[in-house]
Amino acid sequence: MIPFEYQRVDQAEAAISAVANSQNTKFLAGGTNLVDLMKNNVERPTRLVDITHLPLGRIEELPDGGVRLGALARNSDTANHPLVRQKYPLLAQALLAGASPQLRNMATNGGNLLQRTRCYYFTDPGFAQCNKRAPGSGCGAVEGINRIHAILGASKECIATHPSDMCVALAALDATVRVLGPKGERSIGMADFHRLPGKTPEVDTNLHPDELILSIDLPASPYAAHSHYLKIRDRASYAFALVSVAAALEMDGQQVRSARIALGGVAHKPWRAQEAEKTLAGKPFSTAVIEAAAKHAVGGAKGYQYNSFKIEMARQSVVRALKIAGGVA
Amino acid sequence: MRHTSKTNSENKLNAHCEGPLKTRCETSRAGQVDAASHPTKSREDMTRREFVVTAGVVGGGVALGLPHLAVAAGGWNSAVVEESAPAHIMNVQLRINGRMQSLSLDSRVTLLDALRENLKLTGSKKGCDHGQCGACTVLVNGRRINSCLALAVAHQGDEVVTVEGLARGEDLHPVQTAFIEHDGLQCGYCTPGQICSAVAMLDEAKNGAASFVTANLAKIGPAKLDDDEIRERMSGNICRCGAYPGILAAVRSVYKDGEKAEMRSGS
Repeated sequence: MIPFEYQRVDQAEAAISAVANSQNTKFLAGGTNLVDLMKNNVERPTRLVDITHLPLGRIEELPDGGVRLGALARNSDTANHPLVRQKYPLLAQALLAGASPQLRNMATNGGNLLQRTRCYYFTDPGFAQCNKRAPGSGCGAVEGINRIHAILGASKECIATHPSDMCVALAALDATVRVLGPKGERSIGMADFHRLPGKTPEVDTNLHPDELILSIDLPASPYAAHSHYLKIRDRASYAFALVSVAAALEMDGQQVRSARIALGGVAHKPWRAQEAEKTLAGKPFSTAVIEAAAKHAVGGAKGYQYNSFKIEMARQSVVRALKIAGGVA
Repeated sequence: MRHTSKTNSENKLNAHCEGPLKTRCETSRAGQVDAASHPTKSREDMTRREFVVTAGVVGGGVALGLPHLAVAAGGWNSAVVEESAPAHIMNVQLRINGRMQSLSLDSRVTLLDALRENLKLTGSKKGCDHGQCGACTVLVNGRRINSCLALAVAHQGDEVVTVEGLARGEDLHPVQTAFIEHDGLQCGYCTPGQICSAVAMLDEAKNGAASFVTANLAKIGPAKLDDDEIRERMSGNICRCGAYPGILAAVRSVYKDGEKAEMRSGS
């Protein structure tokens, strides 16, 4: 770890000015990912601005029936908040599927959005090639050990996946991220928050370097009664997803009124499967319709040497998550 | 906050280079300075002394208010330049096991290293040092965290309880007693983390925290702990000896004792 200056701020505006015009300054929140990457010399900030004392830790109901999750609320507190458990059990489940209780006690919602890939070619500078860590150096994973890598939306420059569980549920729930920059506030929909790698995999998100996440806003949801977060991993607990599925259904008797499906562990961002959702909307909740939706969810998937198994795993996971969400499995 | 003199920080760096990091310091990083500052000199030609001096000169640029020099000079390979920058020493006050401690620490020091190296509280263990094993688990303001991923300077004024702070004089904490009674360990290295984790976990359950295996998340209230719940809630603590059956039995027994006590008190 390289030396860094440490500074604590207690106002959002002070945090913004602290990072303005400084490429090597980073915000510090829970630190569970940043400090880890600093130990590996993957992240090398020369100044850390500790934002954990900003008043952004609240979870509160919005006038339209939605819920606002403070950027600095801890993952454990968010998962256990009655508003989240009762209105968005899908999100509570996804949060509780991630990391360990100790890490969830540290990690914040804003930090979870910004966590970086666990691709081993990225996290270990012992590997010379990684376009995300060292732009232009190549991708070690494309021809390397790519068992945990992307099957959707990848580019030849990068086949890393986004590691978050929380973000998969947020994508399914159509959350928006409220941010503050030097020019004021703006909102970014979850679909636009994370990027596909393309030719610039070093850029994970569409958040500007001088912007601070204030909150994650969830719209009112008709999905609380029928949702499920399914996570497939190498261990029963405390492991990243090989494939995960956030499935949510709005039912009208045996008929699906609307559906939400997002996949994790398969792409550079939470992968919203809108074609699959359309396949379900307005149809009877039958095995045939579920199977058709699942096929759409992995449409265009491409496997590499060690991860082709993920395509069928993802398809079957969508089937299973939908069936559990719909109460037929 | 103040900067240490360069002599101190260079000594610190040099000391690191003599240790297990020797290969990294002298080969890969010297090679990077070589490329950035001595385009005609091969890596083999550069002595360690030249490396330190070069790094010091470029580092001086940083100290003189040219913060972007390092980035402009070498992009990702500029780590060596930044590494020669002075350490930032800060004063931190922490309440550890009930006692206020005042420490002067490099901003890079983790809470775990502050406990072990500065305060000689070696109960908390450094297993993976990357938040993957739980051996470093301590309680901060009553919550369990991985102290290896916590920067000590970020915990100014916080209340820390380590495994050394659980007993009351000669009386062990009930979780400690249960680990002995149920053989919840073999080599013992993960045990302080397991015990701190279990102490916090039982509190979390009492306060209504859910887990990934909790069937009905909408139901708010104290959590009932069966074996699957205990396993899931303790999954942040890895035991390489595989003493899990004993750990599970120990935690289960403390939980059951708590249930019985609550029934007796009628609460």
